[in-house]
Amino acid sequence: MTGQEWKFTSKEIAEKPELFLSGHRACAGCGPATVLRLIMKATRGPTIVTEATGCMEVASSIYPYTSWGTPWLHTAFETVAANASGIEAALKALKKKGRLKHAHVDVIAIAGDGGTYDIGFQALSGAVERGHDFLFVLYDNEAYMNTGIQRSGGTPLGAATTTSPAGTVVPGKLEHKKPIAEIMVAHEMPYVATASPYYWRDLIAKARKGLEVEGPAFLHVFAPCPRGWRTEPAKTIEYSRLAVETCVFPLWEAVDGKYSLSIPSRVFARAPEKKKPVTEYLKGQGRFRHLFMPQNKALLETIQRLTDEKWLKLLKKCGEATVSEPASSSS
Amino acid sequence: MSHEKSWREIAPAGVCFKSSLTFLTGDWKTYMPIRDREKCTLCLLCVLYCPDAAINWHPDKQNIEFDYNYCKGCGICANECPTKAITMKLPEE
Amino acid sequence: MKKVNSHVLALNGDEAVAYAVKQSDVDVVAAYPITPQTIIVERFSEYVANGEVQTEFVCTESEHSALAACLAASLTGARAFTASASAGLALMHEMLFVTSGCRAPVVMAIANRALSAPLNIHGDQSDTMAQRDSGWIQLYAENVQETYDTVIQAFRIAEDTDVLLPTIVGLDGFTLSHTLENVRVLPDEAVRAFVGTRKFIEVLTHEDKTAPFRLDPDYPMTMGPIALPNYYFEFKRQQEEAMSQALTTIRRINAEYSQLTGRSYGDGLVEAYRLEDAEVAVVCLGSTAGTVKAVIDALRLEDVKAGLLRIRAFRPFPVEQVRKLLQNMKAVAVMDKSLSFGGNGGAVYHETRHALYDADAHPRIVNYIYGLGGRDVSPGEIRQVYNDLQNVARGQLAEKSVRYLGLRE
Repeated sequence: MTGQEWKFTSKEIAEKPELFLSGHRACAGCGPATVLRLIMKATRGPTIVTEATGCMEVASSIYPYTSWGTPWLHTAFETVAANASGIEAALKALKKKGRLKHAHVDVIAIAGDGGTYDIGFQALSGAVERGHDFLFVLYDNEAYMNTGIQRSGGTPLGAATTTSPAGTVVPGKLEHKKPIAEIMVAHEMPYVATASPYYWRDLIAKARKGLEVEGPAFLHVFAPCPRGWRTEPAKTIEYSRLAVETCVFPLWEAVDGKYSLSIPSRVFARAPEKKKPVTEYLKGQGRFRHLFMPQNKALLETIQRLTDEKWLKLLKKCGEATVSEPASSSS
Repeated sequence: MSHEKSWREIAPAGVCFKSSLTFLTGDWKTYMPIRDREKCTLCLLCVLYCPDAAINWHPDKQNIEFDYNYCKGCGICANECPTKAITMKLPEE
Repeated sequence: MKKVNSHVLALNGDEAVAYAVKQSDVDVVAAYPITPQTIIVERFSEYVANGEVQTEFVCTESEHSALAACLAASLTGARAFTASASAGLALMHEMLFVTSGCRAPVVMAIANRALSAPLNIHGDQSDTMAQRDSGWIQLYAENVQETYDTVIQAFRIAEDTDVLLPTIVGLDGFTLSHTLENVRVLPDEAVRAFVGTRKFIEVLTHEDKTAPFRLDPDYPMTMGPIALPNYYFEFKRQQEEAMSQALTTIRRINAEYSQLTGRSYGDGLVEAYRLEDAEVAVVCLGSTAGTVKAVIDALRLEDVKAGLLRIRAFRPFPVEQVRKLLQNMKAVAVMDKSLSFGGNGGAVYHETRHALYDADAHPRIVNYIYGLGGRDVSPGEIRQVYNDLQNVARGQLAEKSVRYLGLRE
């Protein structure tokens, strides 16, 4: 990892120019929009952004309008990591031949669920295996939101989407959320981290670390979607906090494969009694409303149990010893 | 809608020629955030959390300003403000 | 321009492609191997490993990603090249349209091969024919020499600021890709001087600046946006305009290259062989033309007025040339090494007939589907085509205008 850690105040961040501009067509209260704004605040010099088809891409590039203050390219849904590979290769070649005026240009690839977990996964895995120098940012709103809330590999267990609706027979998605960040750690890549926009300082610092790393970096950012999750637009950031406080979405990083728990989640490792039951997070989300019906009690309990199991596994990986199991009451 | 250009007038490959700053999303809102300056501690969380960058910190004025041209009235700022300095109100109020 | 001295190398089609790419100051090659193109990427890897090129070589994990990477590299200002065939080209299908829509001058060699199912690794032209709507220029080579020359020309054609369209150079799978020929190659400096460096058009950005059309942090610009029904159509019209311009550019580059090397391929778009006084003519693409020419020479000794129109540029389709050169024939046989199922014949047949519809005179035109899945076509079979044509010319009604050559009925 490179030298000094970048220190910044909220004022310094607020004063940095906006590179994801107002006037984009994202919904009111859009989590990914806040995420992208904060990511772009972490840039440190000349930057090229490439994005996969999805909410943020469509909302920010309706011809002839654009919300991007950096060079920006969209090609297709599954290709963002391949785009980044091509851009990075081009910059290297041009530099070798003395045709690039910048000493260094950062490349950022941005994608939602689809462009990362599913249709975009092949290109991501390939780009990381080849070791291209770029930062991949996943803004995870846990479904294919742009096309109307269809389930993705990132949709969590029990969530209702339009292709995994909560019906009389099947209570939402029965498959688990693909552990994408851990899959990326298994690629033996230099830097993987999870982040959530409520913890803006942690998110920006991690994005900057990802840019500084030589080689590929992967940042999995939790990004609530009021439209798809059926939550109040005003509570988007609040849900991004609850996800961490219930350990549904713990914050950690893996530097060269070595896990460490990030400060916001460390609280719950050191003081397990502070860990909130998952119901605190699930209630108020329309996509989980059916879980509170009596016939789905078992599923709700499974969700709590699995959350706890995964949390303990993560603590072990992070070298955080727990004295006792966290108290988890089901509601 | 203003005059749209012919195929001879536009750059190829869809290179966008207008910043979204010229597209005012402020008319989307129903409620608008009103700040009680007395309660505000200028923590700038609202500035950071706004999905639309519609709240700006002005160092020269050492103050924040709400840009209602872009504010969509989501209420995140009001919900997150640690001192409850912001309330969402209907424009008539 | 002074004619340059070439020296001779023994190269097969794939090797000739790799050699031409080596000499053409290519910045990025992103590719995935597939028979019969593999020698292109293997040979190029050797150049990279031996430090003979300064190209960034990206072994992508699929063809779809290969083209996406080339597209993105090209839009970043690099000269980008890739190669594929058959299923690999088919996998790129989505990205072919995107590359053309983004006006990225990527050059791609296709070692023409049959499409599955069933699986077949041998040569036919169904792979590129299936992509004829994608907005790529398509040039077909008759022999390895032309393959070498055409790859070099392709960079100039694609990058021409009046064109800016990605370009495919097709060489018949195995017949050309794996066949050794003596190839006159140019000195490195001559190729470098011919291809030059990329020139960029200027575009208006959203910051109200005019800037070179590439991803450059000094001039932020947005490429590949979503265009709604109020604008999408205009972009497609622009691509069509570029295709029209390409008709001129291809001829011009052929002429310029001819000055340098003494080698010219017809007018660049089509090559007419003994067509001036011909009465019966064959139309075809690629290596089959070589066999046809040999048959024509034999027939001419028997006083048969046989001729050939080889189409070099299938996209843009040279309607004017085809109409002018064929309208006075008595009978024409279009040979297609591909088949458009349910479409009454092959693509070249359709487009040739279409070109002649508005002509002053109307030769009878029949179609021979041949060579699918690498089935060889012999001089004897081509001779049979000319025999048939003489009957067709005499007004003997052809019960079927679409026939199959070399098929076991």
